[in-house]
Amino acid sequence: MLTLKQSRRLTTVLTGTLSWALALLLFFPILWMLLTSFKTELEAFATPPQFVFTPTLENYLHIQDRSGYFKYAWNSVFIAFGATALGMLIAVPAAYSMAFFETRRTKGTLLWMLSTKMLPPVGVLVPIYLLAKQFGLLDTRTVLIVIYTLINLPIMVWMIYTYFRDIPRDILEAARMDGASTLQEIVQVLLPIARGGLASTVLLSVILCWNEAFWSLNLTSSNAAPLSALIASYSSPEGLFWAKLSAVSTLACAPILIFGWISQKQLVRGLSFGAVK
Amino acid sequence: MNTTTLPTAPRTTAPAARAARAMRRLGPGWFLVSPSVALLLLWMLVPLAMTVYFSTIRYNLLYPGDNDFVGFENFYYFLTDAGFVPGMLNTLLLVGSVLLISVVLGVLIAALLEAAEFPGRGLVRVLLISPFFIMPTVSALIWKNLLFHPVSGILAALWKFFGARPIDWLAEYPLLSVIIIVSWQWLPFAILILMTAMQSLDQEQKEAARLDGAGPLAIFWHLTLPHLARPIAVVVMIETIFLLSVFAEIFTTTSGGPGYASTNLAYLIYNQALLQFDVGMASAGGLIAVVIANIAAIVLVRMLGKNLTEKY
Repeated sequence: MLTLKQSRRLTTVLTGTLSWALALLLFFPILWMLLTSFKTELEAFATPPQFVFTPTLENYLHIQDRSGYFKYAWNSVFIAFGATALGMLIAVPAAYSMAFFETRRTKGTLLWMLSTKMLPPVGVLVPIYLLAKQFGLLDTRTVLIVIYTLINLPIMVWMIYTYFRDIPRDILEAARMDGASTLQEIVQVLLPIARGGLASTVLLSVILCWNEAFWSLNLTSSNAAPLSALIASYSSPEGLFWAKLSAVSTLACAPILIFGWISQKQLVRGLSFGAVK
Repeated sequence: MNTTTLPTAPRTTAPAARAARAMRRLGPGWFLVSPSVALLLLWMLVPLAMTVYFSTIRYNLLYPGDNDFVGFENFYYFLTDAGFVPGMLNTLLLVGSVLLISVVLGVLIAALLEAAEFPGRGLVRVLLISPFFIMPTVSALIWKNLLFHPVSGILAALWKFFGARPIDWLAEYPLLSVIIIVSWQWLPFAILILMTAMQSLDQEQKEAARLDGAGPLAIFWHLTLPHLARPIAVVVMIETIFLLSVFAEIFTTTSGGPGYASTNLAYLIYNQALLQFDVGMASAGGLIAVVIANIAAIVLVRMLGKNLTEKY
């Protein structure tokens, strides 16, 4: 018969071992990508797969002249931050008014915004493609910025709304008593208090834009293609390019992975539309 | 909030007064909300109206100018297309199995992590949620080239190690392969949400139950699971939205093949529109996808909509 202390320790050991095994299993593809990025193409293709090898920086050093990496990276940065800035500009006022001047329509409007996310992109692929073509916007960063702003807007409004709802109204009322205008009230009182929440909203929007692949694959080719499209271009020809693919992929995913690790708890609120905190 | 309208408010007929009253009723913040609402309304209505229009005309980009009204012909051709039935089935299988895998395993893994404090728990958490942050095109290609590859993939090596014939995953089990890739991306999402929700579970309540002699299974069943009802609902809803439109993972691995073996509705419509240039038929397909998403949405919002807003 185990004592209570012994059985607690046994639980810890078993839980820990199983959790670590599962974590390594789920993380393995990412680890393997990272390892492969430091191999030569021959080692990357070797059978059986090599776990021990002399690492080389070759794939990273020649990343620019082999894939034009920086153009795509810049497109990703420009589009993700452009769409996020535009989205914040539209979402913050909406969330402000919904959180502090709630009407009978507020809940309905919020749910309706959520429902626009249910519209499958393929349902509007054809018209968006033709409209973009008509206005000469195919393969431009502008079209992706506009689309990403619109598809992330509901999430941003929801997320900011839930953060604003947590702010005590007295603070805003005090500012109003002191004669602050609405704009002053937002800029000088509200935004500093909600800084953390707004930062996580920005982060979530950047992550979603950065990883988006349906519109970037369908609306861009060489000019405005972000990293998600560059990587897809590695899928067509069969051949010895896995080490290069791994290096490009590692660079493309690293910033987002780090963002995700830093802000995992705050992201939950946005991803669950405020339902889980 | 402060809409204390009198039941016998005098009716003014002046249009200006009426407009002012309407604005008051909308609340002082209406002009702050309207940009968001107007943009989303445009984003929904304009393309959708165009899709409806295109679906009723003959419209192939290869034959410009020949745009007669054809009624429901496009729908007829889309619904009787060789790809439609497999596309529908594959969509349902993909959404259903990924939901099942991510919710069941997600609950179990989240519960496991909460079962005991062990060394490196924070790091385990980070490793478990990482795949969610990998962009879809990368995860698809990593699985295709480094894991599924029949000659030098890790799985082939594993199979050979146990003396089995290596499997050419994408050719022999294309849909299963796509399901594995997509589950790998979305299970971490479920873990992330459920883990966070689990942490807000009242520890005192758990402790009290334990002192009352409840075993770990009883605690899981009667305390943890009910507490997770809402986060599970959220996971199901968000994942359904994204899983109905899985595209990049198919585009970069199997291209929907062999045949239609891994074609889902999204890929089928893309194929009609941008590979065969049949705008009319693709639009009809798009509308069918919208109808399906709406059925799912109505069911889900009925189930979860109250759940989402009632807290506020």
